[in-house]
Parts: sequence; C-alpha cells; structure tokens
Amino acid sequence: MGSLKIENVKKAFGPVEVLKGINLEVTDGEFVVFVGPSGCGKSTLLRVIAGLEDSTSGRVVIDGEDVSVTPPAKRGIAMVFQTYALYPHLTVKNNMGLGLKQASTPAAEIDRRIGIASSMLSLEPYLERRPAELSGGQRQRVAIGRAVVREPKLFLFDEPLSNLDAALRVNTRLEIAQLHRRLKATMIYVTHDQVEAMTLADKIVVLNAGRIEQIGGPMELYNSPANEFVAGFIGSPKMNFIDGARLGETAKTIGVRPEHLTVDLNSGAWKGTVVHAEHLGADTNLYLDCEKAGLITVRIFGVYNAEPGATLYATPDPAKTYRFGADGKVLK
Amino acid sequence: MSIATRSLPRTIGAHAILLTYTAIALFPVILVIMNSFKSRAGIFGAPLTPPTPKTFDLIGYTTVIGQGDFIHYFQNSLVVTVASLFFVLLFGAMAAFALSEYRFRGNTLMGLYLALGIMIPIRLGTVAILQLMVASGLVNTLTALILVYTAQGLPLAVFILSEFMKQVSDDLKNAGRIDGLSEYTIFFRLVLPLVRPSMATVAVFTMIPIWNDLWFPLILAPSEETKTVTLGAQLFLGQFVTNWNAILAALSLAIMPVLILYVIFSRQLIRGITSGAVK
Ligand SMILES: Nc1ncnc2c1ncn2[C@@H]1O[C@H](COP(=O)(O)OP(=O)(O)OP(=O)(O)O)[C@@H](O)[C@H]1O
Ligand SMILES: [Mg+2]
Repeated sequence: MGSLKIENVKKAFGPVEVLKGINLEVTDGEFVVFVGPSGCGKSTLLRVIAGLEDSTSGRVVIDGEDVSVTPPAKRGIAMVFQTYALYPHLTVKNNMGLGLKQASTPAAEIDRRIGIASSMLSLEPYLERRPAELSGGQRQRVAIGRAVVREPKLFLFDEPLSNLDAALRVNTRLEIAQLHRRLKATMIYVTHDQVEAMTLADKIVVLNAGRIEQIGGPMELYNSPANEFVAGFIGSPKMNFIDGARLGETAKTIGVRPEHLTVDLNSGAWKGTVVHAEHLGADTNLYLDCEKAGLITVRIFGVYNAEPGATLYATPDPAKTYRFGADGKVLK
Repeated sequence: MSIATRSLPRTIGAHAILLTYTAIALFPVILVIMNSFKSRAGIFGAPLTPPTPKTFDLIGYTTVIGQGDFIHYFQNSLVVTVASLFFVLLFGAMAAFALSEYRFRGNTLMGLYLALGIMIPIRLGTVAILQLMVASGLVNTLTALILVYTAQGLPLAVFILSEFMKQVSDDLKNAGRIDGLSEYTIFFRLVLPLVRPSMATVAVFTMIPIWNDLWFPLILAPSEETKTVTLGAQLFLGQFVTNWNAILAALSLAIMPVLILYVIFSRQLIRGITSGAVK
C-alpha cells in the first residue's frame, strides 16, 4: 500500500550538486530513518520525495506509480516539519482538517478522522485552541495529527523532535513508535539523533555528502559497518580510529568501539595515561593517551574510579576490531 | 531592556534627547493648529502664543467649509490615497512574494530592476507621463493620479516586503502545499497575515508623500472636479494677498485623515504577529 522507490535521483542547486544519485527501495509498512551529518542532503531528499522540490534527474515511484511530476498534495503523502508549521489562524481542529477539506472530503468523514487522530494523540481538550495557545510538545502532536488524518501512503518526518526538550522527546518518540505499530504505515524519518535512529528504525539509511553510504538494520550497521564513515557515525561515543602503521598492521586504519576495549592496571596491549574521566553512573568514559594508539576513548560499564594522570593498559577485543583499507572500506 | 541601560543618568539623558526631538517635530504642527484658531491680527501680532479669548476666531474654518468644494477635495485626496495604497500593497506584496519564493532565471536582476525606482525620482519622467496621460485621455481624472502614485510607491514596497517575506517559514508554506492549498491561498492566507507589520510600515511610508503631493495633482489633474486638498489649499495662497486663516485651517483639517490612517496602521505595527505557528 505504501511502497517507495527512488531511482538515481540527483538534485543540484545551480552548480552545487546536493544529491548525487540516490537509489533506495522502501517496502510497505517499513520505518526508514535517514541519518547523516548536517548539510548532507537529508531534508533535500525528503523534499524531493514530497514533491516540494523537483529533482534534477531520476524518478520517484510511490506505490508503483511514477510521481516525479505530481504535485505534493496528490502524492498521498503527509509531512511533519521540525518547526511544526501549523497554520496560525486556524484552530487545532481546522489545522488537522484543512488538507481533507481541500480534497473535498465530506464533513462527517473529516470529523470522524479528526476524532480518531485526536484520541490517539490525546489532543481532544485542545481542539478549539489556536497553535499560539499550545505548548511545544502539543504543537508537535497537532502536526503529527494533521499528518495522521490524511491517511497517507507515506509519512515523512523531518527532524520532528529536535525542537522539544529531552523528556518530551522521549515521550513523543514513543508515541511515534506506537503510531507506526498501530497504523502499519510506511514512514520515512530524518534525524541526526543516534538514539532516535537506532530505536525507531527498521532500516537506517546513512547519507554523506549527497550519497548513500550504507543501508541496513540498526544492528547490522552497528555490527558490520561497510566503511569508516558509517563505523564512525553509528555508535556513541564514536569508534576509535587508529593509524594502522603505528600498530604495525597492514590495514590503513584500525577501528575499535569504546565499549569493546577493556582496561587493566598492570598489563594489556596499549599502555596509556588517563586524560579525563566522565562518570555517567551507568557507565564511565575514560580518555586515554596511549603510547602506541594515540588518544582513545574507553567505555566501561558501571562505575570505575580512575584519576587523571594514572597509568592504565587498554586491550581491544580482537573479534570486534575493524580493519579499514586506504579507500575507507572494511577489509574482510 | 538590559539592566545596564537602566541607570538614572542614562534614563534622564535618553528622555531628554527624545523629548527634545518630539518638541522639534511637533512644533510646526502645533503652530499651524494653534494659529488656525486665531484671527488674522492674532496670527500676525503674536504668532507664537496660543489663541486668547481676544484673538480666538473660527474665520479660517468657516471660510474653508463655506468654500463648499473643500469637502469634495477631501474626498478626492482620500480616494487617491486609499486606492494607490491598496494597489501598492497588493502588487508590491505579490511581486515580493514571487521574488522571495520562486527560483527562476533572472530573479536577482528582476529584483534589482524593481528596486531601481527607489533611486530614480519619478518626477524626472513628468513630461513623458503627461504625454502618456494626454494620449490615453486620462488627464484630469483621479485614475491618472492613482496610476502614477502606484508606480511611485511600488519600488520601496517590493524592496521592503521581499526582505520580510524571505523570513516567513518555508515549512509553513510547504505544509500548505502538501495540504493542497493553491499558491494564491498560501500567499493570501498564510504569508500576508505574517508580514502584516511590515505591510503597515510600507503603508505609512507610501501614504504620506501621496497625501501631501502637490506636483502631480497640479500637472495631471488640476480641474475643479479632481483637485486634491493640497492643491485646493493653494486657492487661498494668492500672488498679492494670502488668506492665512483659511490656509492654516485647511492644513489643520488635512492632517486629520492621515493621522487617522496612521493610527490604524501603527496599531498593526505594534500588535505584531500572532506567534505560535513556528517555534
Ligand atoms: N534552496 C537551496 N539553495 C541552495 N542550496 C541549498 C538549498 N537548500 C539546501 N541547499 C544546500 O543543500 C545541502 C543539503 O541541505 P539539506 O537541508 O538537505 O541538509 P540536511 O542534511 O537536511 O542538513 P540538516 O541536518 O542540517 O538539516 C546544504 O549544503 C545546503 O546548503
Ligand atoms: Mg534538514
């Protein structure tokens, strides 16, 4: 019901190529998250899918139908924006109903759908209010409600939670996850928040500088990144990269995640001094300056007392060490 | 505002400067209004004193009202100003929206071209405009004035409004597009209300020169039928004898409508936008 296929989509703003040939397939009901550094073209790709931006070349196919020249309102999509983008002059109810009204849906049907959406998102008490009279979290729920009532084939979210505070972000994230489970709709979600990507996605698409670096499930990307970029982007704290030559390895770069290193007071592979320790309660991040490996991060589960200046030995787990070639790709 | 500016000497200094400025700005206006209530002898005898029971005289106002046509001149001025204002705001906002919203070839050049009029006074083209009006049979009509004033007001309007329209959230417009609103609806219902304060600014800047203009009414529409207030007031300004009472009364009356329009627009300026659409 809501499949999406993107074939070789390119987008240039004048001489600047922002999307450099994107190929992607999303099957019905999937939750796909686009992640990537700022300016890599995530929003642009989403806008091309929505039809708010014309692609320079390539095709967008929704539900088996080429929509490359279809206006946004006719594509069967709904979009939730980072800035909420509610109509300031309309009440919550009319904000949600406007799209349906434009499509000449019967009033009874509009009311029915608004009723369902507002109970789903607990918006009933606010239906007669204007956006100015709502809190940030309520506004974003209205924006989500506005998308839900359209019953689209495809939901598009562009960083919907980044204007909310931390606690609200967790709540709304849960709500979106539940929404996806309940509606079984196809959703595409842009974020640069690791946690959102890992927790929500069926499939993560890692973008970098207008290209797709890797597509895969959250655990797939975590366990077997295709290249140095994905390895560094997925996982927090970031993976340690060590020059292969310094360790006497043939690979250009060696990568170890902070959680795959163990420390010992007396012996180990890399001797180093503690530069800084971050105590987070559930785990401790140690920054070690090692003679052989340079500055590395070690993540220890639980509390670990280490004073800056102390000497420690770090040892990588050989089964979870990644080797990257000169082109950045993983060496098998 | 910040704590630092709240110290006493600074407050006194700031108020002194502002009060001085207000006094200077209001002085001529008050002088005109004051003297419009005085007899001729009162005006010349002691122009700076307010009307006393001895010098108080409404002769100026009775002359102006008695002149009959003055009401008509007022009407003309009002029609010309309001109509020009309407067209300047409508077309100015539309052009500004197109320039700020759509990427098309020659966008920047078009913007520069439309803004050029800010630097070139329209009066340089008076002769050509007159010829044009004669050729199209529009001499001595209010339409001629409205057309000229619309042209005169547009450059600044486009320039100012396009800056403000660029600041209207793209997301809001895009949300409208996804909901199937036409570009016209997006412009009139979503964008215009959000730039209302800047529209009011433009309205004030556009309105005052039009209301006060003497040049174009004199050249394009000097007939009795189409005279504006400013032109009508010249009636009392003779080569040998000037009826100061009447002129001052006419000027005092002429201030009123602009003042009313100004109050309307400045309330818009102050009210600001209803926030909440966008964080
Ligand atoms: N209208 C435009 N004109 C010119 N360049 C643009 C335009 N819109 C976006 N870009 C450029 O395209 C690139 C990608 O922008 P995009 O908004 O897609 O990034 P993003 O991945 O969403 O970043 P972020 O995470 O910061 O939102 C940026 O380098 C930006 O400068
Ligand atoms: Mg973005």
